[in-house]
Amino acid sequence: MRDVLETLNNPPYDVQKIREDFDFLKVGESPTIYLDNGATTQRPRQVLERVSEYYKSENANPLRGTYHLAAASTEAYEQARKRVAKFINARTKQEIIFTRNASEALNLVAYSYGFEHLEEGDEVLITRMEHHSNSVPWQFVCQKTGAKLVYAELDGDFQLDMDDFASKLSEKTKIVSFTGTSNVLSSEPDVKKISEMAHSVGAIAICDGAQMVPHHKVDVQDLGCDFLALSGHKMYAPFGIGVLYGKRDILQHMQPFMYGGEMIEYVQDFSASYAPLPYKFEAGTQNVGGAVGLHAAIDYVEAIGFDKISAYEQALGEYCAIKLRELGTCNVFHPTKGPRGAAVAFNVCGVHPHDVASILDYKHVAIRAGHHCAQQLHRGLDIESSCRASFGIYNTKEEIDAFIDGINFVRETMGLTK
Amino acid sequence: MDLKQIYSSIIMEHSNNSEHKHELEHATHNERGHNPSCGDDIQLHLNIDGDIIKEAAFTGHGCAISQASTSLLCELIEGKTIEEARLACQKFIGMITGDEDDMDELEDILGDAVALQNISVMPQRVKCAVLAWHTLSDMLEK
Repeated sequence: MRDVLETLNNPPYDVQKIREDFDFLKVGESPTIYLDNGATTQRPRQVLERVSEYYKSENANPLRGTYHLAAASTEAYEQARKRVAKFINARTKQEIIFTRNASEALNLVAYSYGFEHLEEGDEVLITRMEHHSNSVPWQFVCQKTGAKLVYAELDGDFQLDMDDFASKLSEKTKIVSFTGTSNVLSSEPDVKKISEMAHSVGAIAICDGAQMVPHHKVDVQDLGCDFLALSGHKMYAPFGIGVLYGKRDILQHMQPFMYGGEMIEYVQDFSASYAPLPYKFEAGTQNVGGAVGLHAAIDYVEAIGFDKISAYEQALGEYCAIKLRELGTCNVFHPTKGPRGAAVAFNVCGVHPHDVASILDYKHVAIRAGHHCAQQLHRGLDIESSCRASFGIYNTKEEIDAFIDGINFVRETMGLTK
Repeated sequence: MDLKQIYSSIIMEHSNNSEHKHELEHATHNERGHNPSCGDDIQLHLNIDGDIIKEAAFTGHGCAISQASTSLLCELIEGKTIEEARLACQKFIGMITGDEDDMDELEDILGDAVALQNISVMPQRVKCAVLAWHTLSDMLEK
């Protein structure tokens, strides 16, 4: 606890200065204590202004027009792609495909890779803690191809059980798709090791990075995964922009996911050839405003520095988990050992999560309540639903203290205190 | 809005100590009601004799609002005719969606269940309040 308090009382970067960049945190007489960053983050002024600037002076349909504005739009879009490539250390910008979000990125892999490579007898290995966007597409592909969906289970401390994972990995496994950070438990599986293990049996490794990339420096060449999905809106960028990273030699041999404008080369009456990477996977007019917003968001977080962000956010998560356990009135679903991040799931004993969230809302504290798009995980924990407080770069110790007071107020309101 | 208007004593009482939360040995009708997005999951059990709902009970789990609403529904419809229960469902759902606002009439028909009227100011909780009433409505259609 002493280390945690030390980090929170002397943050590695100027948190108050960061808070100044987020107008959302200042709206109204009693601004919201926003602890739902796992669902979506707020956006700093720098991102909003960059998007606004794009629409004011650079907007045209990218990759098509022959006038100067179209070139400016194309340039902004391709600069964003280059920025993402550098951000996650992809070998080339051809490996960066823009999507709407991580869900679309994972669906792209499920459709374009899964359907082509799976057959009866094959297995797809996922984990108990996947978000629905990394389980439901695989259910569908397995149902259609006859492949079997297999779950690696958790250990008693809410971490992936690596022995169980190893025991379920075999020559039959063709795809291993796993989260880099659980959106509920915030446990952080070892992406590098899992990717190596997947490759050792000839499977490909797909990492759902939606909850990992906003909190950690990511180097896809070091991690070794074949695909990585991320969502811009969970890392201070606008809604509607996400990324699929894929190794070029794999992407090159995949069929398109969506068909239409700008993803083609030549179109005959009854067939077509497709554009080179990455355009083969980007049908229709693209979300350039979102891409330039993502570019600005990456600039913003990298200017703070991920070593500092990770250290600070982990301290927020740890402080919150410790304080919740100290109350003695909550069940806390958060690892006590091993890598874990900035989200804490819990239940207040005797109170349904939706009542917890509604009553906290009255105290201007925003948390998530429900199954967090992870019904299989909740079944595994033998609970219907849970509450989740999740943190971002601007949250503070004082906000967590107010949230903890709010939990006592919840119990009072529900008649659980004397 | 005062939170006490939502988590009022009558709602807390019905949520925590409902006399109607139990299995029904001689149930003639059973129906499940479920809100997949939040996990409210109830079973309504009715003992219908001719045109009269003789007994009403429920099992399952969910938030305070869904549990209280289900309990209040059971209390209201015991002894009522099927037609009266249908009208109560229609009026209750109308009250929550804001389409019914004649308080005298609502109190006549819904009794204590009018305590849930304030839920309409919390749109994200409306489905918790109406779950049991939609479930009963479906049951009576069959």
